[in-house]
Amino acid sequence: MNPLASFRVAIAALKVNALRSFLAMLGVIIGVASVIVIVSVASGASQAIEARIKALGTNLLIISPGSFTSGGRRAGEGTASALSEGDLKVIRASVPSVAAAAGIIQGSAPLVAGSSNWTTQVNGVNEDFLEVRDWALAEGRNFTETELRAGAKAVILGATAARELFGSASAIGEQIRIMNVPFNVIGQLAVKGQSGWGSDQDDIALVPITTARRRLFGAEQTIPDNLRQIMVEIVSAEEMADAQAEIETILRDRRRLRVGAPDDFRVRDMADFIRTRTETQSILSLLLGATAAISLVVGGIGIMNIMLVSVTERTREIGLRMAVGARRRDILSQFLIEAVALCVLGGLIGLAIGSGAAVAMSVWGNWPIALSPALIAIALASAALVGIFFGYYPARRAAQMNPIDALRYE
Amino acid sequence: MARKRRAAISEQAKAAPQIVARNLVKTYRLGGSVIGALQGISVEIARGEYLAVTGASGSGKSTFMNLIGALDTPTSGSLKVEGRELGKLGSDRLALYRNEKVGFVFQTFNLLARTSALDNVALPLLYSPRGHRNARDKARTCLERVGLADRASHQPSELSGGQQQRVAIARALANDPHILLADEATGALDSHTTEEIIGLFEELNATGITVIIVTHEPDIARRARRRLTFRDGQIVEDAA
Repeated sequence: MNPLASFRVAIAALKVNALRSFLAMLGVIIGVASVIVIVSVASGASQAIEARIKALGTNLLIISPGSFTSGGRRAGEGTASALSEGDLKVIRASVPSVAAAAGIIQGSAPLVAGSSNWTTQVNGVNEDFLEVRDWALAEGRNFTETELRAGAKAVILGATAARELFGSASAIGEQIRIMNVPFNVIGQLAVKGQSGWGSDQDDIALVPITTARRRLFGAEQTIPDNLRQIMVEIVSAEEMADAQAEIETILRDRRRLRVGAPDDFRVRDMADFIRTRTETQSILSLLLGATAAISLVVGGIGIMNIMLVSVTERTREIGLRMAVGARRRDILSQFLIEAVALCVLGGLIGLAIGSGAAVAMSVWGNWPIALSPALIAIALASAALVGIFFGYYPARRAAQMNPIDALRYE
Repeated sequence: MARKRRAAISEQAKAAPQIVARNLVKTYRLGGSVIGALQGISVEIARGEYLAVTGASGSGKSTFMNLIGALDTPTSGSLKVEGRELGKLGSDRLALYRNEKVGFVFQTFNLLARTSALDNVALPLLYSPRGHRNARDKARTCLERVGLADRASHQPSELSGGQQQRVAIARALANDPHILLADEATGALDSHTTEEIIGLFEELNATGITVIIVTHEPDIARRARRRLTFRDGQIVEDAA
C-alpha cells in the first residue's frame, strides 16, 4: 500500500472516534504548547539579559583593589591599598589598546533640591567616564576638561535621582545641594534600567572627581589621589586578554609585589559575568526543557494507550486486511502512521496554542519572548518522534497478529 | 511460438491438480492439551472444481479451508497450491498469495464499517503489488458482477444481509482469484437469499474459478459437484 493511501486510511480511522482521538491528542497538545511557551520565554529572557549585560560594555575592564594579606590572614575584597591617579595615568600611557579610562571614587550622599531630598550614590568621575561605560545623556552635556581641572560644582543626575528630586520637570540648569554644597545640574543620563544583578543603574549622581575629592569625600580618603575603581575601555574584544595581562603586569610592578605573591587587586571583565549568567540561564532552561519533555512523554504514553485500545478493538479488521493480502509491514505502517498523524496533529494544535500564549505574554505581559522557526521545527519533530516511539509497540502488536486468530477474535 | 508454448504450459497446469494435500496435519494447543484439528489428510482438488466441505463443527473442515487460504500454517505434511508449498512461504509471500490467488467469503461478511461498498470491494486492490490506478473502476465492475452497481456508495449498515454478502463476494473477486473460499457463507442468511448467493457461486464456478464452500447444510452441499465429509480431523467420505 502506498503512503498516501495509508495516510488516508489513518485519517479515516481517527475521524471515526473523533472525541477519543482528540482526548488522546490532548497530552501531546499540552506537551508541545508547554515546550513552546517555556522555551520561548526562557530564551527570550536570556536574550534580554544578555542584551543588558552587553549594554554594560563587553570591552570593559574593571580594576579594583583586592585583598590585603597579612601573616596568612586575608582581609577580603577592597582591603588592599587603593588604586591611584598615578595607576590610571600609567595604564593610559603604556597600554596601547586602551580606548579610554576613568578613575572613580564613590560615596553616598543626600541630594537636596528645594523641599525634596534623596540620598543616592555619588560618583566622582572624569570626562571619559560616560564613554567608558557607554552611558548616554538624555539631556544636557558632559563635564568639560576645564570643569574637571577647576573642580567645578557641576552634577549629572541619573534618571531615578532626577525624578525623585524634580519629578517629571527638567532638571537641567537647576541647583541642588550635595552635603550642603551647591551644584549646578548640567546633564541627565538616559534611562538604563536595572543592571544584570538587579540594582538600579539610574539611581546615581556624577560629579567631577576633583570636586568630589575637595568638597565631598576628601575627609574619608587616606591617600589624596586614591581611586575606588579604574574602568578601562579596550578598543576591541580581541585585545581584551592581552590588555588585561599588560595591566596586571603594570600594577604588580607598581605595587612591588614579589614573584609568586598573590595579586592584591582584581582585573575583571564583563565576559566573566556573562559566562556565569549564561551558565545559570542554561541550567534553568535545561530544567524547564526537561519539564516540557516529560509532559511530551506523558502525552506519548496517552497515545500509546489509545493505540493499544484501537489495535485490540480493530483486531478483526486487521485479520480481514491480512486475509485480503495486507503484509505485516502494511499493517505496521498503517498504525504507525495513525499514531504519528495523531501526534503531529496534536503538535500543530499545541503549536498554535503555545505560540498564541507566548505572543500574548509578550504583547500584554511585556515578557521578552523568542519564538524561533528552529524551536517550532524542533517541537513538531519531537511530536512526530513521540508518535513513532510510542506508536511502534501497538503497531508491531497489530502486525504480529496471526490472520486466522485476528479474524476469529471476539 | 510463445503463444503455443504458453498454451502448452496451461494445458499441463490444467492437467495437474490445483491443490494437493499430502498427510496434512494441524494441531492446536489449548490450555495444556493438544487438539488435532487435522490428523493427516491427503486430497487433490482440480482447477475449476465446485467442492463442498461438510462435517460437524470441530470436524476440521474450517481448518482445512483456512490452510488452503493461507490464513493458517500447517503443523506438518505438505500442502501445494499451484505448485507452491504453502508451509515454506514467508509471511510476505503468503500475503501476496492471499492477495492474488484466493478470495474469501465469511459467514459474518467482515466488511469494514463506515466504509462504502465500493471502497470495501477495492480493499484487496489497495494491497496489490500491481498497483491500483484503476482500483475504483475495477471495484465497480466487480459490484456489477454481483448485481449491486447501484449500491456502490452505500455503507454496510445501509445494506441487507444478502447485499452485504454480495459485496463481500465482489471483494473476493477484486483481484481475479483462482480459488474462491466460502466458510459458512450463507449461515447468516434466509433461504431466499441463500439461494441467490449459491446461484452466484455457481455462476462464478462456470467462469473457471475453483469454488470451495464449507457448509453444514446438506441441501447446499448436495448442489456441489463434489463433497468432502470431515469427521474428527479426517476425510471420511469423498463423493461426487
